[in-house]
Amino acid sequence: MAEQITTLLGGTEDHDLTRLAEYRAIGGYGAGLERARAMTSDELIDELQKATLRGRGGAGFPMGRKASLIDRKSAKPKYLVVNADESEPGAFKDRQVMATVPHRLIEGCLIAAHAIESKDVFIYIRGEYLTEYEILAGAVEEARAAGLLGGVEIIVHRGAGAYICGEETALLESLEGERGQPRPRPPFPPVAGLYMAPTQINNVCTIATVPLILDMGAEAFAKTGVPSSPGTAIFSVSGNVVRPGNYELPLGTPMRELIYDHAGGIAGGRELKAVIPGGSSVPALTPDQIDVPLDYDSLGAIGTFFGAASLIVVDDRCCMVQLALRSTKFYMHESCGKCTPCRVGTRWMVQILESIENGTATRDDLDLLENVGDNILGKVLCALGEFAVYPVDSYLKKWRAEFVAHVDGGGCPFHGSSSLEGILAPSDMHTKLEVLV
Amino acid sequence: MSTFYDEVQEIRARYPEGSRSAALPALRLAQEKHGHLSRAALEETADALDVTPAFCYSVATFYDMFHLEPLGTHTVEICTNLPCALCGAQKVVDAFEDALGIKAGETTEDGNVTLRAVECLGGCGYATVVAVDHRYRHNVKPEDVSEIVDGLGG
Repeated sequence: MAEQITTLLGGTEDHDLTRLAEYRAIGGYGAGLERARAMTSDELIDELQKATLRGRGGAGFPMGRKASLIDRKSAKPKYLVVNADESEPGAFKDRQVMATVPHRLIEGCLIAAHAIESKDVFIYIRGEYLTEYEILAGAVEEARAAGLLGGVEIIVHRGAGAYICGEETALLESLEGERGQPRPRPPFPPVAGLYMAPTQINNVCTIATVPLILDMGAEAFAKTGVPSSPGTAIFSVSGNVVRPGNYELPLGTPMRELIYDHAGGIAGGRELKAVIPGGSSVPALTPDQIDVPLDYDSLGAIGTFFGAASLIVVDDRCCMVQLALRSTKFYMHESCGKCTPCRVGTRWMVQILESIENGTATRDDLDLLENVGDNILGKVLCALGEFAVYPVDSYLKKWRAEFVAHVDGGGCPFHGSSSLEGILAPSDMHTKLEVLV
Repeated sequence: MSTFYDEVQEIRARYPEGSRSAALPALRLAQEKHGHLSRAALEETADALDVTPAFCYSVATFYDMFHLEPLGTHTVEICTNLPCALCGAQKVVDAFEDALGIKAGETTEDGNVTLRAVECLGGCGYATVVAVDHRYRHNVKPEDVSEIVDGLGG
């Protein structure tokens, strides 16, 4: 009897789990998959609901409940789509899962597909992840050749470089060969998703966790983590820490423990200034807020988001206006252009932030910056525009004195010594627009 | 050896009939064949997908990895998003610009190397991330740059 694996990256210390034989040697494609296949669709969804596995992509919606929303009576095919378009600045966990435990993801696809009576699975992987694509596509071939797919077709589909395609309806558009622009909802994907058929969409880590639930049982799974957010999560830690990297820990682990014990604290003996806890799109936290437990509800309670479980740690050398400017340039670059508030608003935000940084802004411009944000929030089809506003709004509120010092002092108080000094936005930001003229 | 047209038909067969899902894979294939998505490449792709060249143009202009202008033989793409930036990505950009004698966004005069500053590559814990011909190099420091540039020949 193989040793019980209870974590997403479990077994990778002693085994090369990219190889099918080694994955099977630790119990992969074994009792859990058999158990799932012996269940009816209803029984399996019930088991997944009991586990309360919350979506690891950002929104935290329970995976089992998502499966229960699929219109299984539809005459159309049912699709399972895995969102492997990991593009949130700060996030690099899905990449490690695909590179080190691809078969766990594939086994998760087989179980999740069985739950919604689907025979067609698409894994949409961001185009930049070439090495991970090769590993994953190779693993799918190996599983197919070994007859493990059980009549389910898995296609690994590469994106071509667009942050917006991590948004589920933009991803569907892109998978259908179109420009990756979000769709209005309703209809929601469980009713009319890919090719307008019932579609379940989940993040890589969510689906790759499913085999663990079937192996150990929903009740045992729900015993780790916290009751509202069971299980473990892979936390990506980046920025100014001693040991950046991915750490898989039970949900509810205090943020301070992750940053100071696991990641070794702030590098170079500097002071902590800010933590952006869920990837660059969420409100930042100040040093006095980092005793928060890392789970969806606890982070929500202090006004931020669990997001992609990706912590960007910022030390005291960083100018918050420059941080806001670089962040907003990213969202401006990635705005798909469909909704005016986001397309135009992100440009306004960049212009205002540039004027604050170079000392030509007035105090009124701080209010204008907030006002532009207010005119994006809730007025766009998808969350991208809001992702531009949430962090900047938090920098402006929590580090207001620094913004005011820029305005009153006629420019950046760091005088060229900020850690982000001179940082470039993408070099094609303007040339691409010229091509269209 | 199968032709571009045949290869695209093989890709189309993986997706439901009548869908345009083969567009991204086909454009990628055309770009590999032509070096960039020239007018001829877009027309050839449109023919193989049974869509208009305008459709291919509209899709190609949306995605960062599709290039409508010629690229160098090699591409060097440096992540300059927040996590890499906080760890000194700009100094890595400076070092590449010095070593290659061009600015980010440009191609060397001999057509050997295109240098780009790009958005997050998903290697934030291993800053600075540099993709050399689409293969990631982790923890790149300014002092590593000359070795990488030497490896590109030219």
